[in-house]
Amino acid sequence: MSSAIAAKTMTQTWQTLCTRADLVPYSGVAAWMETPEGPAQVAIFYLPGQAQELYAIDHHDPFSGANVIARGIVGDLKGQLVVASPIYKQHFRLEDGQCLEDDSVRLRTWKVSFKGDEVWIEA
Amino acid sequence: MNTPAKPQLIVIGNGMVGHHLVEQLVEQGATERYAVTVFGEERHLAYDRVHLSEYFSGRDAASLALSTSEYYAEHGIELRLHEAVTAIDRDKGEVVTPQGRYRYDRLVLATGSYPFVPPIPGNDREGCLVYRTLEDLDAIRAAAETATTGVVVGGGLLGLEAANALRGLNLDTAVVEFAPRLMPMQVDSEGGELLREKIEALGVQVLTGRATQEIVDGEASRHRMVFQDDKVLETDLIVFSAGIRPRDELARDCGLEIGERGGVVIDDSCLTSDPAILAVGEVALWNNSIFGLVAPGYQMAKVAASTLLEGGETFRGADMSTKLKLMGVDVGSIGDAHGDRTPGARQYRFLDPIKQQYRKLVVSSDGKRVVGAMLVGDNSYYDTLHQYYANRIELPEDPAALILPAGGEAAPALGPDALPATATICSCHNVTKGDVCASIDAGAVDLGAVKGATKASTGCGGCAALLKNLVDHELESRGVEVDKSICEHFAHTRQELYDIVRVEGIKTFSELMEKHGNPETHKLGCDICKPAVASILASCFNEPITDAAHIPLQDTNDTFMANMQKNGTYSVVPRVPGGEITPDKLVVLGQVAQKYALYTKVTGGQRIDLFGARLEDLPAIWGELIEAGFETGHAYGKSTRTVKSCVGSTWCRYGVQDSVGMAIQLENRYKGLRAPHKLKFAVSGCTRECAEAQSKDIGVIATENGWNLYVCGNGGMRPRHAELFATDLSDEELYRIIDRFLMFYIRTADRLQRTSVWRENLEGGLDYLKQVILEDSLGIGEELDRQMQAVIDTYECEWANAISDPEKLKRFRSFVNDARPDPDIIYTTERGQLRPA
Repeated sequence: MSSAIAAKTMTQTWQTLCTRADLVPYSGVAAWMETPEGPAQVAIFYLPGQAQELYAIDHHDPFSGANVIARGIVGDLKGQLVVASPIYKQHFRLEDGQCLEDDSVRLRTWKVSFKGDEVWIEA
Repeated sequence: MNTPAKPQLIVIGNGMVGHHLVEQLVEQGATERYAVTVFGEERHLAYDRVHLSEYFSGRDAASLALSTSEYYAEHGIELRLHEAVTAIDRDKGEVVTPQGRYRYDRLVLATGSYPFVPPIPGNDREGCLVYRTLEDLDAIRAAAETATTGVVVGGGLLGLEAANALRGLNLDTAVVEFAPRLMPMQVDSEGGELLREKIEALGVQVLTGRATQEIVDGEASRHRMVFQDDKVLETDLIVFSAGIRPRDELARDCGLEIGERGGVVIDDSCLTSDPAILAVGEVALWNNSIFGLVAPGYQMAKVAASTLLEGGETFRGADMSTKLKLMGVDVGSIGDAHGDRTPGARQYRFLDPIKQQYRKLVVSSDGKRVVGAMLVGDNSYYDTLHQYYANRIELPEDPAALILPAGGEAAPALGPDALPATATICSCHNVTKGDVCASIDAGAVDLGAVKGATKASTGCGGCAALLKNLVDHELESRGVEVDKSICEHFAHTRQELYDIVRVEGIKTFSELMEKHGNPETHKLGCDICKPAVASILASCFNEPITDAAHIPLQDTNDTFMANMQKNGTYSVVPRVPGGEITPDKLVVLGQVAQKYALYTKVTGGQRIDLFGARLEDLPAIWGELIEAGFETGHAYGKSTRTVKSCVGSTWCRYGVQDSVGMAIQLENRYKGLRAPHKLKFAVSGCTRECAEAQSKDIGVIATENGWNLYVCGNGGMRPRHAELFATDLSDEELYRIIDRFLMFYIRTADRLQRTSVWRENLEGGLDYLKQVILEDSLGIGEELDRQMQAVIDTYECEWANAISDPEKLKRFRSFVNDARPDPDIIYTTERGQLRPA
């Protein structure tokens, strides 16, 4: 699967992924998503009570090559919300997917939000 | 290739140091700047004199050679072998050889040294030889053909090597030493005596305190050596090995400054009294010392090359410590081994006449530093002692422990702070301690910065604890105050957090964060503090780790109660207490593995590991295992793993107690106990120790009268032998002591700190631990008992807990919105089983 940053296209639309009950508070779940560039595995993190409660970030860990990011521990480092890869523990910023340990690595991110109890994503 | 414009650089001497100088000239780019000519009087290119004696055991000159003439040609260096320089004409700037005169702009003397032959009448008789060059060795070999006996004059390092060579040539061999003992430079009288015993046991006669008066015709042999006391020794062959003298005659003749007892005087830049001329190696006298080892010569060569390029490197003396194996006998000498160069030095000595080991430790008058050490018979203590010496590491309270054998233990090892600079810290990225220190020197001020600069600990992460210790130590030693906080979210250590949790009865991470978190950060925590707090909460209250409040705290292994493998799948390990398993259960394991296509492997802890389980299959796999009577083996947790055992008195001819029964008892008692690090136990049924209990956190070995308990052992990355803690215990006594020991460890250890490291860092050491646990010196014994009992009473199989709750099972879907398995997990087969592609 390509880990290149998906180019924005005109065909981008909002689609529904799952419901609030599928999420795990302060942790992540993985979801399957069809995009114009092909299927993507996305990690959804749910942080109730934070200014932004939902984040969608690539589930693919480029350091191990495995689809595991949703299973990482969520936290904050120096004021930035991050997830630590469960395999080799690199930290990725939830907001933009930037790897804190390696400037050259950045995960894809998507806009995601609640509509009622449903989780919607733009892809 | 010489162009007229280039200044001429001449090197006299092509020994080990002379050649190293050439290499340094090439490396530092001096061959661009100078036209280099090298003179060697021997026919051979520079060869490895350190391994010269191997010439007798079959190595030839070519394999001892340090270089090739092609190397010299390739770098445009003119090599003139078998051409001895006979004079230096400083007025004209020329060197003179029988073949001609050669102009120089800069000159380096690397003429080395020659073997000293004592001025004894008869020392030039036929068959009186020295041990220095390949030609010398050829001559010894030729003489040995018609000889049956040989004597080496000189019982130093090289003398013993020569004696070994004579022995190898099938001569009856003797060593005659003027001093009252062998190797007088390296060892004292006790060490020398031991060395003598060992060498005599090899069939070499040792005569010490003997000064040879003259050598005359022998009656039974070719020569007769007459000693001062008129005693005589007859032999066919004599090899002189009584020390070296610098070959300074060229320098002397051309008027360079020479030391009182010989040697060309050099300064820190290796310059002689004539700034056009440098000297390196055994001909050079620095600070009134001649260095008779190759390493300081190499350092000088490097400095000299730098000086020729105005590089500014300086020679600052050399560590003359040596570690040798002479005729199979270990001899080690570190620093001021005799303790006679350090005012007020204190000495510790240990002599084992049965094992024939002798160790001496010389420490500074304040007892804080090693200033020297001496070893005979066992060099395994050398590295640690040398680290203490070379790195000026502060000594433990009882320095004697460094040389005393501790209950059959191997030589003591040092903490990470004391590892040598060359020690590998992170083997994934091949980062040494030196690299870590360099990154700190270059400005890295914390662990994260060191990781970024060196990549250490960003591979498998197995070195994380070691790296952190090292970085903390290095920062502290540079005067940087090291923050002991567990992470940015709590200004507390793990031990402090444990106490807070226990005293205030805090049961969730969010409550702890609310009351004690750092107000300046977010309130989420991170992958450091969350699992640490999860472990503390589990040790204290033992609530299921899958409860909603605890879920976000767990590392993936604890979340999914299996071990994540590199392709994102998991391995499943059911508990097999004591390694005992029924055939029925074995069959079930096989069936489950077949059904879910799992790779199976027996673990080092006597269990069976099922690899390659997909996330969504885990609940079903557990269900079938639980059905067959299995429960979770906690292979994923920082918790009790296995209790390994032998078969003990049940089957074994030698077993004196039921080790399997005890292992099962212990494993069931402590299963599910969460701790700062994983815990491994073993029980052996007799002192043959087939369960290898002394490499475990808790080791139990049966005796005729009960059980001996060993604690704080460690296999793995940095092995440590467990220490004997209590003897001849009844079953009940054993449980109680282990209860208290483990709880005390859980209370006081740092995050991810194994019992072995905890023990090494424990102030007061084993004695203190014994006071606390065995004598209840803190009066906390009953409290520790209660805490352990609470954990034991609340045990619940985590697999069973998870699969009984549909809410918890939702976590085990690959995708919340799609039933397909992760299509990117690809397998291949190897040796008949699946493995990640």
